[in-house]
Amino acid sequence: MSSLSSRSNFLTVGLRRVLKSRVVSTLTYPHGVDRYLEQFDASWSVDEVRAEIIALRHQTDDSVTLTLRPNGNWKGFRAGQYVRLTVEINGVRRTRCYSPANSAHAADGLIELTAKAHANGFVSKHLKQDLRAGTVVGLSQAEGVFALPEQRPDRILLISGGSGITPVISMLRTLCDEGHAGRITFLHYANAMKDQIYAEELAQIASRFPNMELLRAYVEPFQAGELAGLFCREHLLDAVPDYASAQTFLCGPPGMMKAVQKVWADEGLSEQLHLEHFSAAPVVLDSSNAEGEVRFLRSERLAVNTGGTLLDQAEAAGLNPESGCRMGICHACTCRKTAGKVRDTRTGEISDSGEGDIQICVSVPVGTVTLDL
Amino acid sequence: MSIFSKLTPEQFTAIGTELDAIRNRVRADLGERDANYIRTLVKRQRQFEVAGRVMMMIPPVWLGGVAALSISKILDNMEIGHNVMHGQYDWMNDPTLNSKHFDWDSADTAKNWKLTHNVEHHTYTNVLNRDHDIGYGLLRMSTDQKWEPRFLANIPLTVLLHTFFQHFVAIQNLKLEEVMVYRTKTTAQLKEEFKPVWKKMRKQLAKDYVLFPLLAGPMAPMVFVGNMAANLTRNLWACAVIFNGHFPEDVEQFDESVIEKETRGQWYVRQLLGSANFSGGKLMHIMSGNLSFQIEHHLFPDIPAHRYAAIAPEVRAICKKHGLPYKTGSFAQQTLSTWKRIAKLSLPSGKSGKVSARASAVSKAATESLAMAA
Repeated sequence: MSSLSSRSNFLTVGLRRVLKSRVVSTLTYPHGVDRYLEQFDASWSVDEVRAEIIALRHQTDDSVTLTLRPNGNWKGFRAGQYVRLTVEINGVRRTRCYSPANSAHAADGLIELTAKAHANGFVSKHLKQDLRAGTVVGLSQAEGVFALPEQRPDRILLISGGSGITPVISMLRTLCDEGHAGRITFLHYANAMKDQIYAEELAQIASRFPNMELLRAYVEPFQAGELAGLFCREHLLDAVPDYASAQTFLCGPPGMMKAVQKVWADEGLSEQLHLEHFSAAPVVLDSSNAEGEVRFLRSERLAVNTGGTLLDQAEAAGLNPESGCRMGICHACTCRKTAGKVRDTRTGEISDSGEGDIQICVSVPVGTVTLDL
Repeated sequence: MSIFSKLTPEQFTAIGTELDAIRNRVRADLGERDANYIRTLVKRQRQFEVAGRVMMMIPPVWLGGVAALSISKILDNMEIGHNVMHGQYDWMNDPTLNSKHFDWDSADTAKNWKLTHNVEHHTYTNVLNRDHDIGYGLLRMSTDQKWEPRFLANIPLTVLLHTFFQHFVAIQNLKLEEVMVYRTKTTAQLKEEFKPVWKKMRKQLAKDYVLFPLLAGPMAPMVFVGNMAANLTRNLWACAVIFNGHFPEDVEQFDESVIEKETRGQWYVRQLLGSANFSGGKLMHIMSGNLSFQIEHHLFPDIPAHRYAAIAPEVRAICKKHGLPYKTGSFAQQTLSTWKRIAKLSLPSGKSGKVSARASAVSKAATESLAMAA
């Protein structure tokens, strides 16, 4: 994947060993080697995956395609997996998941990510409007079970909608690089041609690979697609009559995924359908009503949300979390919230719904909240 | 009589609301500017550290090396470490600047520091028998602290504390006086509690007094002495700054009863009356970890300290409006006042500073009914 010569590889391995040694660890104690390495180059780290944004491309009005050069800690990925991208927006680091769209065999070692900027998408809007080339971002190793199996299936059906195209186009490009002999059908749903990302790339692949069939379906009228409208069983019967003999990989908006899952389930084919969920934002509940539950992950306990502070509710549930001043100044009770929104009793501010640290003595759940406690 | 006993519940509430407004406003304003500030500071600290370590191995610039490493340790402990561990930068979601994970270049463990300082000292600021920082179990720093013969050594012990500050802070949590003087803790218990402290302490000692000297080869003795000098410089400076925050004679201490059913407004006023600032320029502020604004720090411990300079005029205005004292003076003045207290209290008849009791009976009843209605 990386085009390092064997000599520089030896140096890198040797250097890495030295940097991770106990001696260096004590010399750089307590901050650790990374905190000094990154002063020289922001992407240097002994363990962490980081990447430099080397290019940005705008395929459509509402999307941005990023090309990233990962540092030496990147271990590659299996087509279909995703990575956690961390960017800093106005001083705060935010993390979102994106699937590399490039082939897993890409010789240049670069990663391509495409994000659609939603109206409510805080991070995606930043990527589209404010991110600049040269920025070093945080990345993770590839994660996820949604991936092309080691033993490539002969007959493959790739179904996607909107930005769900990214993991499956990675699968397609990977299979093409491997000279996959079996038949591949690429069925993609988009609103209109102007909104469709990777339109050119797909057309090129279709023209070069006779065993690949491209089927585009547009919701809006008067688009030049092979099919029209939202997913329905008729599309399959029309265009992919042998769908029952294929291993199908599906990624798209919840509504579409539900529809596809139903067809496969009705015909007893669920085992041949592989799914990747790009989840939508959860519904906002009225903060004045105590609704939902409080979930304590590590203690494996559940409690009905009483509307009290999370510290009080944890103690009522029989837990003994660390606490101090109980008034929000000492930060002893800071806990990781893995999901859900909370209201700060001092300011009334409501948090976002993702992962983040909160002071439980001054946080009240707004709907269901999950704590790493 | 302290103003603490004279304020009405309504006044406490008003003060609390006005100070909360400052806090909320600044909190909402935090962003890129603050992130850049702390990142730049960290960058400078690492630069001073590397430069210091290298220069110390080169005889002609050895003194420069000691100066650079001293600055590095001071920045790391005060403007960076103390502030990061207060959670001032937790909002950034950066694990390297998060109070849960940050550790500093000091013998003290982050965990013990946060317990003694963030929880004990900041919650019970200047409350006798609750704030261990009143004397550290070592000195007599309050008129209400019962005199014992050992306190005749107040002055030399203070000198000792300044000299070995990082190690005294590291063992503060262990409350040695409970074993050595009051016999309320066994040596066996102490040994157990010392284990995690030693784990960090020995790594720090190994780093400064074994590994870096060894790395210097023939210059080993110079590096050894130089590292000792850098640690000493940080110790003397940090201790002096910290002492000036709560020990000038006009700073108030409080009887234990004040924390019963203490309202937010009362907590704010106690923080104000129990702290003192000292004046200086921008360099002084950075090098003192912005503890030149000890008052603002105690009112808003989890607001990034570099914001205190802008907040201070507003705090002074609130004090003026409500007739509250705002204690400040030059570094020299505060230091002199502090040493006067240390000297006076070393004697059995010695009295220094003010101890404020619970509010009067009338205010007390009113406070209680207010707390219940809230």
